[in-house]
Amino acid sequence: MKELLDQLIALAVEKVPLLGQAPDWVFYLLWMLVAGAALLVYASLIAGITSWVERRIAGRMQARIGPNRVGPRGFFQWIADGLKSLFKEDVTPANADKPLFRLAPYLVFTGMFGAWAVLPYSARLYAADLNVGILYVMAITSLVVIGILMGGWASGNKWGLFGALRSSAQIVSYEVPAGLAIATAVALSGSLSLQEMVRAQAGPLGILGWNIFKSPFALVAFFVYFIAAVAEGNRTPFDLPEAESELVAGYNTEYSGMRFVFFFFAEWANLFLIGAVSTTLFLGGWQGPLANPDTWWGVMIGAGWFFLKACFFVFVLIWIRWTLPRLRVDQLMAMCWKYLVPIAFVCLIGTMLWMSVFGDRAFFGLVAVGP
Amino acid sequence: MLLDYIPVLALMAAAAGLALAFTLMSELLGPKRRSAEKQMPFECGNPSSGNPKRRFSVKFYPLAVLFLLLDIEAVFLYPWATIYRELSQGKGWMMLFGFAEMGLFIALLALALFYAWKKGALEWD
Repeated sequence: MKELLDQLIALAVEKVPLLGQAPDWVFYLLWMLVAGAALLVYASLIAGITSWVERRIAGRMQARIGPNRVGPRGFFQWIADGLKSLFKEDVTPANADKPLFRLAPYLVFTGMFGAWAVLPYSARLYAADLNVGILYVMAITSLVVIGILMGGWASGNKWGLFGALRSSAQIVSYEVPAGLAIATAVALSGSLSLQEMVRAQAGPLGILGWNIFKSPFALVAFFVYFIAAVAEGNRTPFDLPEAESELVAGYNTEYSGMRFVFFFFAEWANLFLIGAVSTTLFLGGWQGPLANPDTWWGVMIGAGWFFLKACFFVFVLIWIRWTLPRLRVDQLMAMCWKYLVPIAFVCLIGTMLWMSVFGDRAFFGLVAVGP
Repeated sequence: MLLDYIPVLALMAAAAGLALAFTLMSELLGPKRRSAEKQMPFECGNPSSGNPKRRFSVKFYPLAVLFLLLDIEAVFLYPWATIYRELSQGKGWMMLFGFAEMGLFIALLALALFYAWKKGALEWD
């Protein structure tokens, strides 16, 4: 990236001599904004296309066709929907807390997309490799809770309030097992940086070094993390915050037009995010069955693996959503505190013991891994 | 170090900018036909009754306290988990030290969870 940047700067200075007098940080800032915008376009494309994919799969699962009018097989449906909502009225209820009501979608949107900056798309393909990467992901996605609570409360609507309260209770509860399961993965990889975590999962056949195969406890921790992530994303079977049969639409009942779109955009962006983080933590990120060569096409192959693995999770999430019925609130809380949290504790302690006994051996302690 | 965060800030600025641009566009392009009925809170067609900003169930508070109890652990757990790989490769006492210290901490946490469970803090009804 650095060489490309230098070449671009040299070209720009050559074409516009006036730029030569500008200090370096101007170029750096401009480049960062361009990179940020590019990443945002990538994220938006994935979120938009996921919405179409989900509707098509949902249609097939319910023995109907799904959107098929706009473009080939309805592929441009998501663009049409986006354009349509641009021309819709943005209603603010009379007794809403107006500043908070308007601010909430921005928090949800930026919180969700902020996490995309640290995802390890491939060996050398990332926007930022923070040394506290996974903590950053957990921290920035909690902006979403604040946004949801803010939006639901500020709507001045009872459905909105109930939805927001349920959502925050749910997200806050499932943060605990998720945090413990992530700590398990962190211990196995020995780093908080997402790139380092992926690198630590290299192993024979490219698969045996994955964190899920490092100990049986890690395999369970992976499922704990995945269930908690589904719950934190407010997806069925944990979609009580927007349970349409009882709460109309939950926290976004009063939202309309573009602001409504942002909530859903963030939800679809979250699908890929869940997949990407699960992949990074437990399934070897951009590691494929063969070691990726250290060239630009090796990086692209890695990016392909990462994308495929994350998309697999997106499909699983959609599949779960259209298969399982919704839980009750008390079942939801019992599931978290009485099952997932104790299991996550056992996973953490068990993995620690396993690491002490088997050291760095992969595939359940059967295969020796060289550094 | 701090420079690592500039791409993050740039992405978030771009995201906020995009969101702002789209809401502004919809502000310009969308119709504005306000009416008292349209701006009423939606309660399935009935006129709104009661104050929506009422006090809510106490059930949510013990949950928040429990979350604080178990999520503060992250502050202690994550640094330990990060270096645990080296600790577990250590010889003799070092290995035991790395495990026992935090094992005790996690046992205390689990005990606290068990206590809350027996006290009925995890029951939702």
